[in-house]
Amino acid sequence: MTDQLPPIANKVRKRRKRKPEWAGLLYIAPALALVTVFFVLPVVMIVWMSFYNWPLMGAHRWIGFGNYLALWRDHGYWNALGFTFRYTIFATVGLLGVGLALALFVEKPRPGVGLYRTVFFLPVVIGFASASLLWTWLCNVDSGLFTPLAQKLGLIASPVNLLASFDTAFWSVTLMVIWKMSGFYMIILMSGLQSIPADFHEAARIDGATDWQRFRFITVPLIRRPLALALILSVTGSMLAFDQFYIILAGGPQNQTVTAVYWIFNQSFVSFRLGYGAALSVVLLGILLVLSLIQLRLLKDPEAKR
Amino acid sequence: MTRARTFKRRPKPMAIRVMTHVAGILVALLFLAPIVWAVLATFKSKAESGRPPLPPWPTEGVSLANYRALDDFGAGLLHYTGNSVFVSVATALITVVVSVLAGYGFSRFRFPWKSSLFVIVLATMMVPFQSIVTPLFLILAWLGLQNTLGGLVLIYVTLQLPFSVFMMRNAFDAVPAEIAEAARIDGVRGFRLLIFVLGPLVLPGVASVGLIAFLNAWNEFLAALIFLTDQDKYTLPVLMTAVRSGRFGAIDWGAVQAGVTLMMIPCLALFLTLQGYYIRGLTAGAVK
Repeated sequence: MTDQLPPIANKVRKRRKRKPEWAGLLYIAPALALVTVFFVLPVVMIVWMSFYNWPLMGAHRWIGFGNYLALWRDHGYWNALGFTFRYTIFATVGLLGVGLALALFVEKPRPGVGLYRTVFFLPVVIGFASASLLWTWLCNVDSGLFTPLAQKLGLIASPVNLLASFDTAFWSVTLMVIWKMSGFYMIILMSGLQSIPADFHEAARIDGATDWQRFRFITVPLIRRPLALALILSVTGSMLAFDQFYIILAGGPQNQTVTAVYWIFNQSFVSFRLGYGAALSVVLLGILLVLSLIQLRLLKDPEAKR
Repeated sequence: MTRARTFKRRPKPMAIRVMTHVAGILVALLFLAPIVWAVLATFKSKAESGRPPLPPWPTEGVSLANYRALDDFGAGLLHYTGNSVFVSVATALITVVVSVLAGYGFSRFRFPWKSSLFVIVLATMMVPFQSIVTPLFLILAWLGLQNTLGGLVLIYVTLQLPFSVFMMRNAFDAVPAEIAEAARIDGVRGFRLLIFVLGPLVLPGVASVGLIAFLNAWNEFLAALIFLTDQDKYTLPVLMTAVRSGRFGAIDWGAVQAGVTLMMIPCLALFLTLQGYYIRGLTAGAVK
């Protein structure tokens, strides 16, 4: 890059390299100020607060590891984490599965493919709150769509309240998330699919490989990186799920669908135990960090080691 | 290229091509149905809105009763839409200004600790905002910004920064060095170089950053729910959950769907008109 520049420009660059340009700091100052106040400070504070009994009103008091001991015996939190893991597994399998199927469908140029891509992506741009409110209505037993429609089609004899029992409620929300978000994963995986040279598939076809063999031995290994990226985004996003469970189910039935963030929200902003909420957040943050590190190992190409 | 392909590959039989499109259209309808269903149902009369939406369109005459019912809630629809518009527009504008300045600073200047500072800005992405809401709540209170739309805007801007600064730095990096050098030799430097020479060249990046900041702020729910405590201050998503909880136990589903429609329309319209910028921003952000 530098070699192609005329000699004078080269000299200018070299001189600039030695002298620091403090004006640059001025340009990044606003961004740094925001990040310091609304990110670095809260991250430090969350650890500090987790060692205090910190009510909304009145003085806070140092209690050492008191919050962490209480957390250890807090069945509500561990149940919430267990439920969040369960949701993360099903949502991720669903999102990556449907996303990959859609990506394979819209990857090749064919008539109308742009329209398909746009339609599959549309639910992604509406917010989680809108999508959740929309789904609450569709799942409603009296005024909604799903139950009356199933009844009209003769699939069920009497009305079923989808949101009243755990299994149907869980699947209603998970299906909503798959409907809303699979277009996002379609786009990520599609860019991976499009970067596979067409010759690879041609060569395999000539050698007599079946469709499945080409998918398994050419497509999957070559979209490893976008696939790993999609995995990380989906796992992190699902572990932090809140909006849909708060809006559609309000944690019900019988508080069985309270997610980790939902539990933290309840402890911090309903019961106003801010210190305890901080300790819960630190644990959740630790779990997310471990999950990300495990997945980053997947991102690494095994071929690179050889 | 295409000719070589069709030459090598056996053309697919007509029946298979038709079947593919039939399947595609069915799946596409499945993706569109919930949105279309909600929008059509909002035009039903009050009495009809309480019944299952079969068929989805109004059968007893088109009516705007649902929108009027929503307007009767609290301080009126215009007020809450105003809150949402203010928060989203302010977030988009401030995000653009701050990230353009930072992108320019990170791309075109050399100063000590530059790369560590860049990593700190990007690190915001690694720690999810949901896990630091408790201290944010206290910090806003200390700054006297609790329960204000301005405080919410500052938090939204911070959430947008890692992606936006990354995107803008890449945009400035992509401008050929010769252009900046030529301007420098002509005596155009610093802020004027940014505004008059480089600015127009990074406009596509600015559009992506602004669009995504607007949409994220428009749709954000958790922070708005926690940090806004007065009903007057509510943005549309928080208002709609209040409407949904219902007055006197009965939920006005027609009003809820009217609100959902109002929240969806700007997102859909912006996406359909600026699709290219949105997808570009998304893939650039995803490859981080």
